[in-house]
Amino acid sequence: MNIQEIADKLKGRFGDSVEFVPVATGDSFIMVKRESLIPEARFLHETPELYFDSLMCLTGVDYPDNFTVVYHLFSTRHLHKLVLKVSGAKDSLVQSVSGIWPTANWFERETYDLLGVKFDNHPNLTRILLPDDWTGHPLRKDYQYPKTYQGCPCEI
Amino acid sequence: MGLIENRFDKNIIVTSADYFINWGRANSLWPVTFGLACCAIEMMATGMSRYDIARFGAEAFRPSPRQADLMIVSGTITLKMASRLKLIYEQMPETKYVMAMGACACSGGPFVKHSYSVLKGADLVIPVDVYIPGCPPRPEALLDGLMKLQALIKERTIAKQSV
Ligand code: SF4
Repeated sequence: MNIQEIADKLKGRFGDSVEFVPVATGDSFIMVKRESLIPEARFLHETPELYFDSLMCLTGVDYPDNFTVVYHLFSTRHLHKLVLKVSGAKDSLVQSVSGIWPTANWFERETYDLLGVKFDNHPNLTRILLPDDWTGHPLRKDYQYPKTYQGCPCEI
Repeated sequence: MGLIENRFDKNIIVTSADYFINWGRANSLWPVTFGLACCAIEMMATGMSRYDIARFGAEAFRPSPRQADLMIVSGTITLKMASRLKLIYEQMPETKYVMAMGACACSGGPFVKHSYSVLKGADLVIPVDVYIPGCPPRPEALLDGLMKLQALIKERTIAKQSV
């Protein structure tokens, strides 16, 4: 199935909360609403013709007015791929998909660690790469670089 | 060496003793086993048979800092690692030497500008004797750095330093 067919199928089930965004160069993607993310993700995972059993990658993007979380899905049975995006205001909660794709657990922790996106219903939303006593989320555009860390100078 | 250092004026006995002590120190450096990133691979290659750091008497890599007198800082020092680096340095007995191997340990290297988690050079937390540039330096460069360090050691003296 190509992405247009997948989008049509999703639209047929969820209506207007799904938006198909074609992109001339690069991957076209499907934008979904924050509130309906979980039922839609479950639909993508469980419908036999779609069967997206693998979450290849989950990342976040810090845009000037919102955060966007990007999901790259893959089906090992049908060999098709899908880019799914959900965006929300800077401090809004995004539902965790770790109950559907267990790999999302660590991906979401990474996105939280580096961007500060908060995932609701995540089993253990703590830092994964940076030390626990780190302040701030370094991949945010408004990140303030620390002067010292544990007594060691961070700048020259 | 605390007992005889800084006690005698310079004379022929002291300088002869210097020659002997420095000969021993320079040719029997015991590096602490300490690899931080990609540069450590080159350091391991230097320790193996092809480049054979044993030719210069520095092949006894010790897993404990208390048995070592040379620290080869081989690789990227993250800020999380920086305080550990300092701790390991402080655990090494005197006299001790530090070689900063690679661009990362010298100055932060490729991470100097846009990284949030890398220390910009080992010399921000510990004193460094020899800097070896390169990303990574070839084993020859490490051996050259070792010889530079040996030259430094051979200039040391136990005689009273004029202040
Ligand atoms: S100097 Fe280059 S090779 Fe050495 S640790 Fe840094 S990035 Fe790796």
